[in-house]
Amino acid sequence: MDFSYTILIPLIPLALFLILGLFSKKIPASISGWLGSLGLGTSFALSLYTAYHYFMDGKLEGVYQTFIYKQTWLVFTDKLHIDLGVLIDPISVMMMVVVTTISFMVHLYSRGYMHGDDGYTRFFSYLALFSFSMLGLVLATNLFQMYIFWELVGASSFLLIGYYYTKPSAVAAAKKAFIVTRFADLGFLLGILLISYYTGTFDFQDLTSEEGLLIAGWGASASFMGLSVFTWGLILIYMGGVGKSAMLPFHIWLPDAMEGPTPVSALIHAATMVVAGVYLVARLFPAYYFVEDGFALQVVAYVGALSSLVAALIAVTQTDIKRVLAFSTMSQIGYMMLALGVSKYEGHEGLGYMASMFHLFTHAMFKALLFLGAGSVIHAVHSNYMKDMGGLRKYMPITHITFLIASLSIAGFPGFAGFFSKDEILVAAFESNKLIYFSSVFVAGLTAFYMFRLYFNIFWGEDRKYAHTPHESPLSMTIPLIFLAFMSIFAGYIPFSQFVTADLTPFTAHLDLPLAAIASSVGIIGIIIAFIFYKKPNDLPERFANAFGFIYKWIYNKLYFDELYIFVTKKILFGIVAFSASWFDKNVVDGSMIGIGNVTVSVSNKIKGMQSGKLQDYAMSFVGGIVVIAMVVFYIWIN
Amino acid sequence: MNLESFLLMRSEIGLLAILLLLIIFEIFSNKKQKAAVIPFAIILLAINTALGFLPLAAGELFGGMFRTNALLYFFKTTLSLGVLILLLQSADWLKEKVVDENKASEFFMLLISSLLGTYFMISAGDFLMFFIGLELATLPVAALVAYDTYKRISAEGAVKYILSSALASGASLFGISLLYATTGTIYFESMAEILASSNLAILGFIFFFSGLAFKISLAPFHFWTADVYEGAPINVASYLSVISKGAAVLILMILLFTVFKVLMPVWNNIIYAVIIATMFIGNLFAIRQQNLKRFLAYSSIAQAGFILLGLMSVDQLGATTIVYFVAVYIFSNLGAFGVVQAVSSFSDKENINDYEGLYRTNPKLSLLMMLALFSLAGIPPLAGFFGKFFLYTAAASKGYYILVFIAVVNATISLYYYLLVVRAMFLRQSDQAIPYFRSPFYMRLGLILAAIGILVAGVYSPLYDYIFSISNTFLN
Repeated sequence: MDFSYTILIPLIPLALFLILGLFSKKIPASISGWLGSLGLGTSFALSLYTAYHYFMDGKLEGVYQTFIYKQTWLVFTDKLHIDLGVLIDPISVMMMVVVTTISFMVHLYSRGYMHGDDGYTRFFSYLALFSFSMLGLVLATNLFQMYIFWELVGASSFLLIGYYYTKPSAVAAAKKAFIVTRFADLGFLLGILLISYYTGTFDFQDLTSEEGLLIAGWGASASFMGLSVFTWGLILIYMGGVGKSAMLPFHIWLPDAMEGPTPVSALIHAATMVVAGVYLVARLFPAYYFVEDGFALQVVAYVGALSSLVAALIAVTQTDIKRVLAFSTMSQIGYMMLALGVSKYEGHEGLGYMASMFHLFTHAMFKALLFLGAGSVIHAVHSNYMKDMGGLRKYMPITHITFLIASLSIAGFPGFAGFFSKDEILVAAFESNKLIYFSSVFVAGLTAFYMFRLYFNIFWGEDRKYAHTPHESPLSMTIPLIFLAFMSIFAGYIPFSQFVTADLTPFTAHLDLPLAAIASSVGIIGIIIAFIFYKKPNDLPERFANAFGFIYKWIYNKLYFDELYIFVTKKILFGIVAFSASWFDKNVVDGSMIGIGNVTVSVSNKIKGMQSGKLQDYAMSFVGGIVVIAMVVFYIWIN
Repeated sequence: MNLESFLLMRSEIGLLAILLLLIIFEIFSNKKQKAAVIPFAIILLAINTALGFLPLAAGELFGGMFRTNALLYFFKTTLSLGVLILLLQSADWLKEKVVDENKASEFFMLLISSLLGTYFMISAGDFLMFFIGLELATLPVAALVAYDTYKRISAEGAVKYILSSALASGASLFGISLLYATTGTIYFESMAEILASSNLAILGFIFFFSGLAFKISLAPFHFWTADVYEGAPINVASYLSVISKGAAVLILMILLFTVFKVLMPVWNNIIYAVIIATMFIGNLFAIRQQNLKRFLAYSSIAQAGFILLGLMSVDQLGATTIVYFVAVYIFSNLGAFGVVQAVSSFSDKENINDYEGLYRTNPKLSLLMMLALFSLAGIPPLAGFFGKFFLYTAAASKGYYILVFIAVVNATISLYYYLLVVRAMFLRQSDQAIPYFRSPFYMRLGLILAAIGILVAGVYSPLYDYIFSISNTFLN
């Protein structure tokens, strides 16, 4: 079987980026949008074909095969070299479908949303760059290639978040996102170096095979503070994932990143980039599971569970609809992380892994839909705040219905996509860690509550004073909404355990009815409370907030995480550490450098007379050179 | 010797055929057709370059006077590609010459003769052939330097070049005669066997070395460089800094690694000292230059110092790094000179401060200039970075850490002056910025080829691997 054509899937967006980027001034807006959509549409169709091809014929004796096409790029030693290529296995195929689907939808949607914007073509070229980077990350055959594309993803998301570069808050948000994730990537890089140093390879194949040095050899490896260096390596790599996936404590960039255009949020902060961390852990899952009996995996589970809980709590209090969605994303990614964290490896025991990937898939659909729906609302009322919205169901019927479907899906209402994937996660958690299970059930209730708080606030309640009557968005924006709404319902009926599993062997997953009943009733209770609070304007929410007083305020201010960071960076890092470092830098480092510079310039001044322009002098120095060399050789070196 | 073995000289025969065709064209074309010589010559050379990608066997001719192997052949093809780019960059300048002064085919004939000389020089199997090649490579260039006859500075440059090179050739020939006196042979192979470390041999080597050092413009044999570059037409300066220098480096390396291997303890020290002197002198002078041609002249002196670092490692690694760096250097320098040529032919401006604000008006040219200068400065991930990095590795592998350290310091200094140009183009604004212009077709093609060369040599690792695989063909 030949999957080498899959290389086209990332290359098409790259070509698009080059064309749109290089000729951004020459290509009229009317063409660039279509060109971008067409290109991504081709990638989308190709990935669907790949998925069909792979999941139908990719098995050998009931086990999914891995296909690798690669080329050596840089050679360090005979064993340690960097390859570039594509790796085709169940999760990469699945991710490819997710990325191209969402990217394609976002392209279509942006044609309407960004209409009339000055940098229209520039916007599409950034989108194409992002899609290329993300696909390269997904298809990476080794850690280093993944790291390269990981950084490219970071850079292109920087461009997209800071797209409105005349707006100071957007620029600040772009910087914040870049710096925070970059800081986390430091850990990633250290982890890569640590692991490749000890195992002599970057290759995922070698790193995840049970006979490989990593898994077979961790017991014999050096240890540091009671843990094997491999465990440290994996934890450091996970740190990179924590940054990109906005888990605690590196989540602070995600809410601010909402300054970017809304389609961007749908693409990178809902469906693709933020799940890169989940994908990273899934990619290295056997290593996480086997090394040190899964210690690093425990870290993954607890970080995921805690982030999920904290984010859900904060989401309840936010008033900017995009920020609610941002925290909801963080919370759902926490779900995926914890599902990976509690998963085991073989057969049905690997349910958590499957559930995590399943949830990644369904979440991508309904969360992208929520963001695009929010974008449609913002497009209509020109505000991000709930207080400026209300009663919109009359004006925007399609947005209203699709938003409702997405909300039901994320709330885990029976029959919708989110219900199935969330249920699998809860089952996996129940089977392995009760504490995480209870926290997850609580989060499920909170999720339903804050989503319907959002829904009722936007689409029900009283009309606000709108500057002009809100109207439904154009067709280019509503078609993606309808498609994604369709997916938000029916993606749940895909028998995922037949396709994506930890040990590449399909198994059959069943709905666990008692657990499903608990989860959905908790969800429904959340919806009912939201209905009571927000269906009609009343003072219940306010009384509630007042009753909780400082706790409410604490949560509303996102647990003061930002303030904590500012204290640490401004006061401690900049104030104490940086001050002394800068003194040293100015007086010692700069001083000596300036000294060298001055010496260079003055020497250069002094010797300028040597180049007299007279040929006789040149001949003199020529002959003199020979004589001096000969004299030195004969009288000094030889004796 | 049968007819087939003549094919070992395929590249040389090709160039000779081009020369003859050009002469025929010159004779039979009327005045109106003269301009057609430009595409004609370019196409011929392009064909010859393309043929260079076909494989060629290794072997000897004329009783060992001429030899060829995979490395030499690869190098000749690279040089030919370089000249092709150079011709493309010169085509439009020549068009004016046809109109104004009715001379264009001379340019091609002289340039291709010189290239032919270069081929013979690096393919030489004995000192006689080497010397003939060297002269054939040098003399036509002197005429080319004076191509702008009406310019005083051009004539001055030509005189300086011809006199200096006469001196250098003389010294070199004297060295060869001393070497002949000690060994009784002029063949490289037999001399390598006979040569022993005697005072006469060392003296012969020093004289001989000075001739090549002149061509590579190593300190203290470099003084002609800046004056000649400034006087010469830009493309001729580019030729001197790229083709002439590259070929001289290659033959120097081959001779040092084979014929003079027995003298290694001596030449090692000489090269050590020359590297340091060359890098410092090149850099210290480059800092002060305002004229871009002089600037590039000194920068190419400093680069020569870097190239010699590879000589410190007398093995396959050293040979590979040198050949690789020279290949990279050829493209980077062609890119930089090409931009200077493009700007100069549009506006007659050649000073660094004329380039202020160029990015606003001519972004593509500025980007190429930046690419070329960054590559020369050795900024990753461009080709020049890998080239320099490998050179450091080669020198460090033999324990020359201090030398590598000095080289790194010099790389830092060079970064400063390369950035001066980049700063002028990108950060400075100027009311008198050179307005937007669109380069003619040939020029654009030449610039694009140079840019592709810089990028491909930097990221396409099989190139390095290929050079590594062929670089031991002369080491035995």
